[in-house]
Amino acid sequence: MPESMLKISGVHTFYGHIEALKGVDMEINEGEVVSLIGANGAGKSTLLMTICGNPQARSGRIEFLGEDITRRASHEIIKGGIAQSPEGRRIFPFMTVFENLQMGATVSDPRHFDDDLERVFTLYPLLRERRNQRGGTLSGGEQQMLAIGRALMSRPKLLLLDEPSLGLAPLLVRQIFDIIKQINEEQNMTVFLVEQNAYHALRLADRGYVLANGEVLLSGTGAELLANEEIRAAYLEGGH
Amino acid sequence: MAGSTALPVTPTRAMLREAGLIALVVFGLSFSLVGFKIEDVPGGLAILTRFDGVFFATALAFLGRIGLIMLREQRALPVALTALPTAALVLLLQLFSGDLDPERSYPFRSGVVNWSLFAVALALGLRALWLTWHHGGSLSNRDARDAAMDRVGAKVQHAARFLGPALLGFAIVLPFLPFADRRLLDIAILVVTYIMLGWGLNIVVGLAGLLDLGYVAFYAVGAYSYALLAQYFDLGFWTCLPLAGILAAFAGILLGFPVLRLRGDYLAIVTLGFGEIIRVILLNWYTFTGGPDGISGIPRPTFFGLELTKRATDGETFHQFFGLTYSPMDRIIFLFYLILALALVTNLFTLRIRKLPIGRAWEALREDEIACRSLGMNPRNTKLTAFSIGAMFGGFGGSFFATRQGFISPESFTFIESAVILAIVVLGGMGSQIGVVFAAILLIGLPEFFRELQQYRMLAFGLAMVTIMVWRPSGLLAHREPTLRLHPKPGQENTS
Repeated sequence: MPESMLKISGVHTFYGHIEALKGVDMEINEGEVVSLIGANGAGKSTLLMTICGNPQARSGRIEFLGEDITRRASHEIIKGGIAQSPEGRRIFPFMTVFENLQMGATVSDPRHFDDDLERVFTLYPLLRERRNQRGGTLSGGEQQMLAIGRALMSRPKLLLLDEPSLGLAPLLVRQIFDIIKQINEEQNMTVFLVEQNAYHALRLADRGYVLANGEVLLSGTGAELLANEEIRAAYLEGGH
Repeated sequence: MAGSTALPVTPTRAMLREAGLIALVVFGLSFSLVGFKIEDVPGGLAILTRFDGVFFATALAFLGRIGLIMLREQRALPVALTALPTAALVLLLQLFSGDLDPERSYPFRSGVVNWSLFAVALALGLRALWLTWHHGGSLSNRDARDAAMDRVGAKVQHAARFLGPALLGFAIVLPFLPFADRRLLDIAILVVTYIMLGWGLNIVVGLAGLLDLGYVAFYAVGAYSYALLAQYFDLGFWTCLPLAGILAAFAGILLGFPVLRLRGDYLAIVTLGFGEIIRVILLNWYTFTGGPDGISGIPRPTFFGLELTKRATDGETFHQFFGLTYSPMDRIIFLFYLILALALVTNLFTLRIRKLPIGRAWEALREDEIACRSLGMNPRNTKLTAFSIGAMFGGFGGSFFATRQGFISPESFTFIESAVILAIVVLGGMGSQIGVVFAAILLIGLPEFFRELQQYRMLAFGLAMVTIMVWRPSGLLAHREPTLRLHPKPGQENTS
């Protein structure tokens, strides 16, 4: 029986008067890759941001490793072992690759900085070559890798990825997903993946959730969801 | 976009209209500014008229504009043929008429203006001459010009490693150079004070990216801290300097708390308000601060307990201790070295902290606050440290100001001071340390040299500012794109 790492129950999140999440229940177990798919505006990113406490859930409960983190400040949550690669990558364009990675280690113990850095560079050797280059001069795929590497620098227990394939060429998308798989398998990292690219996300995932209008529509193993007719029609038509 | 392709030639009428418009503006401005002068004469005031000056200004503006238009279109020869003789004429007039009595110098009754006019005409003429030979120069083309200036900027930045020590070396020997008289040293002290304030504000604006329009508040807190501590507790400068810094840093934290959630314009407005609040408190708390009367008799700094005066109030004086003859310049030179040392401390601190996690956090915060949050940074504490450390240096600067002037009043701490300091930081290129030095020399030093123009010397300030905005919109030595451009580059909208 895998241990539950993150437990979301009945979470409602509002932007002003607009209810973006209408009672979401979800569970992420240790060592899993869980994918969350859904259309634009379904509330995928909102859920991811709510886990990080920005914005905070108005009602409901989020438990991480048995502790209630619903009302904690963002930086406390991150310190607790959740790292996130935000939507649109958001690397620091005028800082070097190395400085970006240093920023990723903000909450971690400086003593294992070198080990963590080595691990990221091994995962994606190109970053080592480009370590003194400005973040903004990297290509889209490299920037995404930098964003993921930056998130890994804090030695998280749970890695949240918001649309890592956004705006990347198909070949690069495949590469990014391969690396996510590698992180999951080699480092036994629990990954929560928010994606529009349903096919890749579900193929990689142990389990998946489908979000629509702020509610969980369907859930199941990745393979189950991939085979589901409704999902095929709504998210996978058009071929990949 | 190559400059050598045939450029459209402006029809003469359009050219005359454009030049006429400029001449009209110059006429409108100079008619009242230059045309009349109120003079003290025996038996009252008299209005002197100087319409010849108005005429020269208008005519020169008209001709100059036509010259610029023609230069833009590569018709350089006539420009050279007009500009060079004009330069020569101005030079001759100034040499023969000026210097003895500025009231009789021609074409304008100010040597500084005449010399500047000569320089501008000469530059225009030489440029035209150069264009006649090397056909297709591209400096009139905005993109090429920007690129050329970027290259120069990059070179200077590269040379900063040598330029910094060179400037520092110059500053150290400056008081002993033969031309260093009292006036020059006073200007130098002023410039270095602003360099220090610029460096201090650079921490807040350049590194942390928090637009602070009320920096003068911390300057005022520092100045009044020293003045009041000296007045009520009879403490000396060296005791008060750290105290003033600490108090200003506390003021920074005080301001920091309410503005934590604000960004951009909103932050700017609140900091502006804070600057005014401090000034108004100083103005109205009469029993404590002396209100508009200010505080006078602020003690001068001592050199390890030695006074720099002619006669000591107690103990020995500087010149007695070292067996020198007394010179009033000693104190000025000492003040100069004092502010130079303070400025250097600010600079070294900034250079050092940039390499530490907190400095990196500030820069990251400037670039992307959301990303910083997602990395677990506490933006509140990070902003507060930036505000308070920036404020601390403002406080140091303030207590130096108090000890230098010997008298302070709320009048010294108006919004325009904040604006000038901010202008130095922005025009120097946000985050660039050496850029601040150049901008301070340009914006503070230049108007001081134009002091004989009295209240119109601020025109020199404006001129320096406009020149920088046209030629270096991202700051003299910036490596960052500005968020707003005066002339957006093609295909680049003004966003964010």
